[in-house]
Amino acid sequence: MKINTRHFGEIEIEDEKIVDFPEGIPGFEHVRKFVLLSNIDEDSPFRWLQCVDDPSLAFAVIDPRTIKPDYTVDVDDSEIEILNIENCDDVVILSIVVVPEDITRMTANLKAPIIINSANMTGKQVIMDKCDYPVRYFIFEALECAGGV
Amino acid sequence: MLVLSRKKGQAVMIGDNIEISVVDISGEQVKIGIKAPKNIAVYREEIYREIKNENARAACPDIARLKEFGKKDSKEDKK
Repeated sequence: MKINTRHFGEIEIEDEKIVDFPEGIPGFEHVRKFVLLSNIDEDSPFRWLQCVDDPSLAFAVIDPRTIKPDYTVDVDDSEIEILNIENCDDVVILSIVVVPEDITRMTANLKAPIIINSANMTGKQVIMDKCDYPVRYFIFEALECAGGV
Repeated sequence: MLVLSRKKGQAVMIGDNIEISVVDISGEQVKIGIKAPKNIAVYREEIYREIKNENARAACPDIARLKEFGKKDSKEDKK
């Protein structure tokens, strides 16, 4: 299918690349279908979680281990039951990035990662309320140290 | 808002598939048990609000800013 996105213009999306978020994500419960795009440029550590239901909606996302190598996701099985994860290798973990005007103040949400089971293309944003990870983790310096990854 | 009085061990049904029960009461704290279908997300209200606000801040970022960031990085690599 073709969607007309705000950032990337009209793009063609293969149905099997569409990730279903059965619960939506907090604040955006009305949309369920997203696609993960990597086409900013090859060197960029960022990817885009582009909404399919609402093409004007997109989030910048990053692999949290890029900025925090020891990052671990700790959630109750019951919380991710909906994802039907059978094999850990199928799991993709992403953090949503806030990109303010001053990009040195860029943050990633380590508290509430996006978890995608790539085996069945189902996703959920989980909230790790028992962990100490911050909602606003400053990432600019870590990215500079990583040398653009 | 509907307000109901419940004792420990009692529950409330919301529709026919969401059950909220009072598991324990200790001083000012109430332990609540929630049985809901898998596609109903359950969160503590204050953290849900925080994540919701953060998602709203994150929505539709300026892609140009991130592109500039990429360029800046590659320049530093060359140094």
